[in-house]
Parts: sequence; structure tokens; C-alpha cells
Amino acid sequence: MSTVGQKEVKEPLIRMMKRDSIPARTAWLIRIAAVILALIVCAFAIVAITKLDPFQVYVGIIDGAIGNSRRTWVTIRDILVLLGIAIALTPAFKMKFWNIGAEGQVLMGGLASAALMIYVGDKVPNWLLLITIFVASTVAGMVWGLIPAFFKSYFNTNETLFTLMMNYVAMQIITYCIVFWESPAGSNTVGVINAAKRAGWFPQILGSTYGLNVIMVLLLTVGMFLYLKYTKQGYEISVVGDSQNTARYAAINVKKVIIRTMVISGGICGLMGSIIVSGASHTISTSTAGGRGFTAIIVAWMSKFNPFAMILVSALLVFMQEGSIQIASQYGLNENASELITGIILFFLIGCEFFVNYKVEFRKKQKGVI
Amino acid sequence: MDIITVFIQKAIGQGIGILFGASGEIITEKSGNLNLGIPGIMYMGGIAGLMGAFFYENATDNPIPMLGVIISLLAAFLCAAFGALIYSILTITFRANQNVVGLALTTFGVGFGNFFGGSISKMAGGVGQISVSTTASLYQKQIPGLSKIPVIGPILFSYGFLTYTAVIIAIYLTFYLRKTRSGLNLRSVGENPATADAAGIGVTKYKYLATVLGGGIAGLGGLYFVMEYLGGTWTNNGFGDRGWLAIALVIFALWDPSKAIFGSFLFGAFFILYIYIPGLSRSAQELFKMVPYLVTILVLILTSLRNKRENQPPASLGEPYFREER
Repeated sequence: MSTVGQKEVKEPLIRMMKRDSIPARTAWLIRIAAVILALIVCAFAIVAITKLDPFQVYVGIIDGAIGNSRRTWVTIRDILVLLGIAIALTPAFKMKFWNIGAEGQVLMGGLASAALMIYVGDKVPNWLLLITIFVASTVAGMVWGLIPAFFKSYFNTNETLFTLMMNYVAMQIITYCIVFWESPAGSNTVGVINAAKRAGWFPQILGSTYGLNVIMVLLLTVGMFLYLKYTKQGYEISVVGDSQNTARYAAINVKKVIIRTMVISGGICGLMGSIIVSGASHTISTSTAGGRGFTAIIVAWMSKFNPFAMILVSALLVFMQEGSIQIASQYGLNENASELITGIILFFLIGCEFFVNYKVEFRKKQKGVI
Repeated sequence: MDIITVFIQKAIGQGIGILFGASGEIITEKSGNLNLGIPGIMYMGGIAGLMGAFFYENATDNPIPMLGVIISLLAAFLCAAFGALIYSILTITFRANQNVVGLALTTFGVGFGNFFGGSISKMAGGVGQISVSTTASLYQKQIPGLSKIPVIGPILFSYGFLTYTAVIIAIYLTFYLRKTRSGLNLRSVGENPATADAAGIGVTKYKYLATVLGGGIAGLGGLYFVMEYLGGTWTNNGFGDRGWLAIALVIFALWDPSKAIFGSFLFGAFFILYIYIPGLSRSAQELFKMVPYLVTILVLILTSLRNKRENQPPASLGEPYFREER
């Protein structure tokens, strides 16, 4: 029994143990239970504030997210943006490089495409303009990812805080450019760029305004999956992520891998910026990324780099966001209700991973006397 | 009044909110927890304090300012500490990743603040712009007599009591970290939890207490902004990016709360410098607003270049600790 010498050792009430393995089905059941719990808590919160029938509220959310074809497309478009940024972050996180700077990298990409739309909008054919936009925005994102990666690899500068600060530098650069680009004058916003000629806008593909968005993000998703799983570079990333010492021992150039991976991560973030600006909003502001650079971090991390899970998590979050924006306007609430609901869902999703990875045991009742 | 006096006064006014946040975050980070939820926590503190005072003032015909202050202080501290408690449970007990939980908390907290800030007047029956002038007047009350002294008065004595509280908290925290047994224990938890654990220090207890109390202190920064700076009203996203500046200030102050005092004044000065430089175009003003972030990046690079041991972040910052995984 649990005695040391003569002294009795108290066994703790709750014991936590790391699981060796868990059947995939049980893991998913835990996660689904967490989502349902989160939805119930959200329902309680909504009812407490609005005093509405919770079922009515959820019907309102579904209607807000996929109620008609326009809303459905907006939801799909936003799911793709979140998914794309999460895909961009995946290689960096797999390398255990905390790229908190997606927001800034997306903004710089968006800035590059807005600049091209404004300055060369009517001078070149649209296909050439779009290709230029893709290249320029990718390069802009790459630069924004390269700077912290350089300092991390050569001087071990903390990348979490560095990339975080780079976001706000990017935002200030945008407010700086807005001064020159604002239209109408004095509005402090850029307005819809090239509204008449649609220069630099994504063309309609497959009968949908957002067809090109779908194709590009899905290609990125598949490409990233293959890159990480089947290429030498993808393997190097996971070795560096597991242990930098092992990587050095295996003659992997760690500095090079860090810089290369962050250039890829930042580059895709920049490209997502062009998808947001050229493919959706057709304008630029400091809220172009709209916090999605941060939400995508959570999506990428929680999905454990599994692209299928990433689609599911982004879909759940965006669905709830679009839906709650709808019920907020319907019942005259503040539209920030959606962030509140997103937060609650995230807490539950993050918390449930513990129960996937750990087993919790209560102290067993002791039978009889020794 | 002299323009430089006004500038210093306004810079300090801008800095104090950030100072609360930075002090709270330093205590949190000293336990090894990198709480990126501080911006959200500050929003939670601000709105909870405002709501506490608002419901109190609405419930009575003749609100007593002192009671309003106590209620709002408690509400702000407790709500912010609750936010930090969510963070603690998820990162310490449930061992979730700190960055992920912190960012989720910021999303939640900013949404929490803006949601209640935007709908509080509607919930109370549509009184239009909410204002808790009675309570806020006590928050804004300057030190009588002393604040009337020319030059020194406005610079040193023209603030509400929260400003002095912020400075006292920061000085006390430095004393606590450097000179007390418990402060030493806390630092050892942040540097090397396994060693601290072996030495019989309750790692989990220290992490929880430091994070929750740190969150509460940061929440007072939100309260300061709402009450003393804005005078008892709420504007959505009015608090802006100051929460991230607070995290930047932690780096700038090299994890020392007393250094954060002057750091916060300096950040406050950077924040408003563009208003006081004559002849700046609008675009140049925008570039000037970048300065606090650029300075932080510079400090970050310089500290990593010099690689001095006492200037580094706590060694286990951001790492989870699980006894059985050593």
C-alpha cells in the first residue's frame, strides 16, 4: 500500500496521466462533446443577455451563416481566408517557430496588392496585373517574415514578441498609406478601389465571384500538405521542430531551415493578403486582416497541422461568427457578440485537448483495513 | 501653462494604463507564463469597473462617490482576475499552449469589453451614452493644494489616485521580486520549475497566484483608462492597442517593474509626440505612431545581441511544466 516507512502518504484525489494512445474515435467524441458543451454555454450566455428562446437564436445563427446564397458565399469566402492563413502558419509552427505576425504579414501583402491596383490599375491587362499582384504581395509577406527569422536564427531574438510587434508596424504603414490613397478626401478610408473598371479584381470563375479564391486556397492546402509530408524540406522542418540539436547532429543547417520556412510562411500570408484585397474587399484598412491572423494561429495549432481538421475548425468558427453577427443585428445587439462566442468556443476546444492527451483518475476508495 | 508641462502631464496620463498592464504581465511572466491575453484582460477590467459603477449609480438616487469607486475597483480587479484564471486553468492544469490560450483570451476579452460596452445602455433601458460622472469625479480628483503649485504641481500632483497606485504597485513589485523570499521562489519557478519543484516550492500554486494577481493588476489599467482618462464613459475599441504596448513595455523594461515606470512615461510620450511636434504633415504623424513598436523591436534585438544574463526573459517563459514529463 501507499506507505513509506511508518508514515502514510496521502494519495491525491485526482491523478492525471499522459495517455499512451487514444482511439481516433474516442478523441473525436471528446472534441464533439466539447463543441456541443461550448454551444450550450453560448446559448446560456445569449439567453441571459437577450432573454430569447435559445433554439430561435440558433436558427437565427444558421440563417445568418447560410440563409441565402449571398450569405453562404460570404461564409465560404471567410472560411477560406482563415484556412489559408492557418495553412501559411503551419510550417512555422511545425518548426516550433512562434509566428504571431500573420496579421502583419497579411496586411503587408494586402498593402502591396492595393498599391498595384491603385498605381498600375488601368495600365496593363488584368491577367498581367493579377500575376504582378500575386508576386508582389507574396514578396511583401516574405520580407515581413524574413526580418524576425533572421534575428531568431542568428541572435536567438525572441520571435513571439518580435513578430507581434511587426504587426503594429505594418498597421502604421497602412495608416500612413491611407493618407495618400484616401477617397473621398478626408474620409480616412480608401474606399472601393477601381470600382468602375474592376482592374486588379479577381475575375468570375465557375460562375462565382469567389471561384478563384476557392481554387487558390485549396491548391495551397494540398500543396502544403504534400510539401510537409513528402519533401526533404518538410522533413527538415519537423526535425528542427522536434529538436534543434538532433537537426544539427544530422547536418541540417538550422539557420537556413528557419529562414527558409519563415519566408514560405510569410509569403503565403502575403498571398492571402492579396486574396483578401483583390479577391474580396477591394479596399485596404488596418482591419483588412481583422484579427484573423491571430485566430488562424489557434486554428493551426488546434488542428495539429492536419489540413482536414483545419477546414473543420475554420468552418465552425466562421460559421458561428457570421451567424452571430446576423443575430446581433437582428436583435439590436452589439456585433462584438461574435468575438465573445468565438472566445467561448475556443476555450472549450483548447481545454478538451487535455482530455484527449491525458487520462484523469479519481482516487479509488480503499477497501478493507490492512 | 507651459507646453512642455502639458506634454509631460499628458505623457504620464497615457503611460499609466500601460504601466498597470506591464506590471501585471511582469509578475505573470516571472512565473514562466507568457500571457498574451493581457490586452483582453485589460478590456475586461475596464468594462467590469464601468458596469459596476454604472449599475450602482443607476440603482440609487444619491450615489456616494466613494462607494462607487470601491465597487468599480472590486469589479474591475475580480473580472480581470477571472480572465487570468481561465488562462491559468487552461495552461497550468490543462497544459494547453500558452500562446494559443493567450490569443484566445484576447479575442474573448476584447469582444467582452466591446459587447457589454456597446450594449450596456440598451440593457439598462436605453439611456443613450453611458456615463458614471459621480464615480469618475472621485477617480479624477487631484491632490488638493499641492496640484496648484506652478510647474511641479501639474507634473507631479495633478493626477487621480490610480496613477499613484500604479507607481506604488510597480515599486513594490520590484521590491517583492528582489528582496523577499517569496519573490525569489517566484523567480525560480519562472527560471527552472523542475529545480524549484525539487526544492519544495509549490510550482502550481506560484504559477496560479502570479498569473491571477497579475491579471487583476493589469485589469486596473483598463479601469484607469475608462475612469480617469476617459472620465467614466466607454468608446468601442477606445483602448486600442495599449494592451500590446503593455507587453512591449515588459520587454523594454527588461522584466523589472520599477524600470517600467519611466518606460511607461516614455511610451506615453512616444504615443502623443506627434501632436506636439510643430509642422508635421498627417502622414508623418502616422509614421511617428510607429515609434513605440520600433523601439521595442530594437530593445528586443539589442538584449539578444548583448546576451547579458540578467536582462534575459525568464528561462522557462512559454514552456509548460508537468512534473512527470521531466
